Amino acid sequence: MSGNGHPLRQLIISRIREFYREPGVLFWVYGFPILLAVGLGIAFREQPTERVVMDVERGARSDVVVTALEADERFIVTTCEPQECRRRLRTGKTAIVVVAPDGAAFSVEYLFDPSRPESVLARRTVDDALQNANGRQDAVPVTDVAFSEPGARYIDFLIPGLIGMNLMGGGLWGVGFVVVDMRIRKLLKRFIATPMKKSDFMVAVVFARMLFLIPEILIVLVFARFAFGVVTHGSVVALAAVITLGAVAFSGIGLLVASRAQKLETVSGLMNLVMLPMWLLSGIFFSYERFPEAVVPWIRALPLTALNDALRAVMQDGSGLGAVGGELAGLAAYGMVTFVLALRWFRWT
Amino acid sequence: MEALVGIDLTVSQGECFGLLGPNGAGKTTTIEILEGLLEATSGDVEVLGMRWGRDDDAIRHRIGISLQETKLAEKLSVRETLTLFRSFYVKGISADEAIALVSLQEKAASWIGKLSGGQKQRLAVATALVGDPDLLFLDEPTTGLDPQSRRQLWEIIRELRGRGRTVLLTTHYMDEAERLCDRIAIVDHGEIIALGSPQELIAGLGGEHVIEISLDGERPDAVLEALPGVRSLGREGPAIRLTVSEPHVTLPALLSELSKAAIELTSLTTRHASLEDVFVSLTGRHLRDDSDER
Repeated sequence: MSGNGHPLRQLIISRIREFYREPGVLFWVYGFPILLAVGLGIAFREQPTERVVMDVERGARSDVVVTALEADERFIVTTCEPQECRRRLRTGKTAIVVVAPDGAAFSVEYLFDPSRPESVLARRTVDDALQNANGRQDAVPVTDVAFSEPGARYIDFLIPGLIGMNLMGGGLWGVGFVVVDMRIRKLLKRFIATPMKKSDFMVAVVFARMLFLIPEILIVLVFARFAFGVVTHGSVVALAAVITLGAVAFSGIGLLVASRAQKLETVSGLMNLVMLPMWLLSGIFFSYERFPEAVVPWIRALPLTALNDALRAVMQDGSGLGAVGGELAGLAAYGMVTFVLALRWFRWT
Repeated sequence: MEALVGIDLTVSQGECFGLLGPNGAGKTTTIEILEGLLEATSGDVEVLGMRWGRDDDAIRHRIGISLQETKLAEKLSVRETLTLFRSFYVKGISADEAIALVSLQEKAASWIGKLSGGQKQRLAVATALVGDPDLLFLDEPTTGLDPQSRRQLWEIIRELRGRGRTVLLTTHYMDEAERLCDRIAIVDHGEIIALGSPQELIAGLGGEHVIEISLDGERPDAVLEALPGVRSLGREGPAIRLTVSEPHVTLPALLSELSKAAIELTSLTTRHASLEDVFVSLTGRHLRDDSDER
């Protein structure tokens, strides 16, 4: 039996070949999540403490001010002539001008535009620094604590949601479009005219889709790890199990949505219809707990909600498989029921 | 809506059988019912002694099919595609053997998207051959192909028949049916209107020759039909078509009749009768009406 293989294996190999030989598909599956992550990276990067650009007007006492502030990293200090300082302030090159007039006692004037927020901020910061440098004591001891510990930031909430969204989109589009395209090209009809097992074909489509998802999810996870320090607190096994069952559920839904559609327009409409409620309700970008209490149980019944909850439990809270058993069972049920229904209703011609 | 009114035919083992008819005649419906892709609303279908609905898997293992207009995966190579199809069958020939049967060795590693129309069609036939079928269904195997590709496919089909395989093909090319098929069923409006070998069908016209004339005047049909050797007469616009058994007898008589009536011939052609003439004489229409081409 040279060159002969098991039909299921051959079908899967064919799907993989068709996939990686299509550069456009590769971009949308793997390039797009990276672009999305980069975009988010720009939106959520940890911004360094903003430095205050300030001028000191040259005069007899100006070096007192400069000495007091230069050592402080928060300030970029420039010393200039009065005319030059005013010009720089007018054109927005500096936020504030500090003037220390000649006189018996040391005093300062702040020259700034109260309608410019950065000037207002600069005035307070500069004033604090100058007062402290000249011996002011705080009445109440104060400590600043930045609340950005890993696992509790918005980005830690967002990344599992994005993975869930990718699994949903990838499963539905990846399976649905491929199947309808094959139907349009009459390839399904050609296949069904052979002794090929129908279930082999469907398992191959779903399985191949799951293989393609592995790099897709890894890209997002690795990027989130290195760009934002988003780590998975739970075990890799638990995370893999959640992702696998999520992929099964949405591939099954993709098969069902595409089981009878004869046109790409029909199937994309149907897929949007299926996905839209989950985009809105399943807590990708914000928690669904904010919806009215009466609808929350319904939202929880959606597969993307189950997937996102399970992903967040594993990634953020470090939950084990047992803790997300309910969600996993739900996802498996979605996958199996849709697969069986799709197999039954599938239109091959 | 019924595509078929009544199709009753038997195809014997080892013969090449053609369903010939214009587009929309019901050829594809007939062949797809035989292939198990469509269910007949009524009637009996027996394939290789088995029945659809009971022996589906067994039948599918023993038939090979080439559908009209299947677009195989563009990004798979010829060999990969045939290996895939081969995997569906328990027994069969290797992908490379199938490639050799349709002379695509040079293209074995090429992606299907890079093949010409004729090569794609040969590959489609090869996918029907990998399971080493006893019965081969080819739906319009040469439609849309250039003359050279058509001849290549005819060669492949002849060779298959030579190896004892049964072939059932549909076509709307009468020359294809005439050259390839042992027997032909002419199908029109979902019905078989004639059945037999190409020779029998043409002989059924009564004469094996056709004389086509155009005149600059009028002669009644009865006068022309009465000429010696004329079997039948048909009109199509200004042209008059006479089916005759012996042109060398009819022609002189025709010319003298016309000169007697002082009518001139504006055109005259004589040729052997073809299946086209059979179709025209049966339906009054041409087999390939350009208006219903695609």
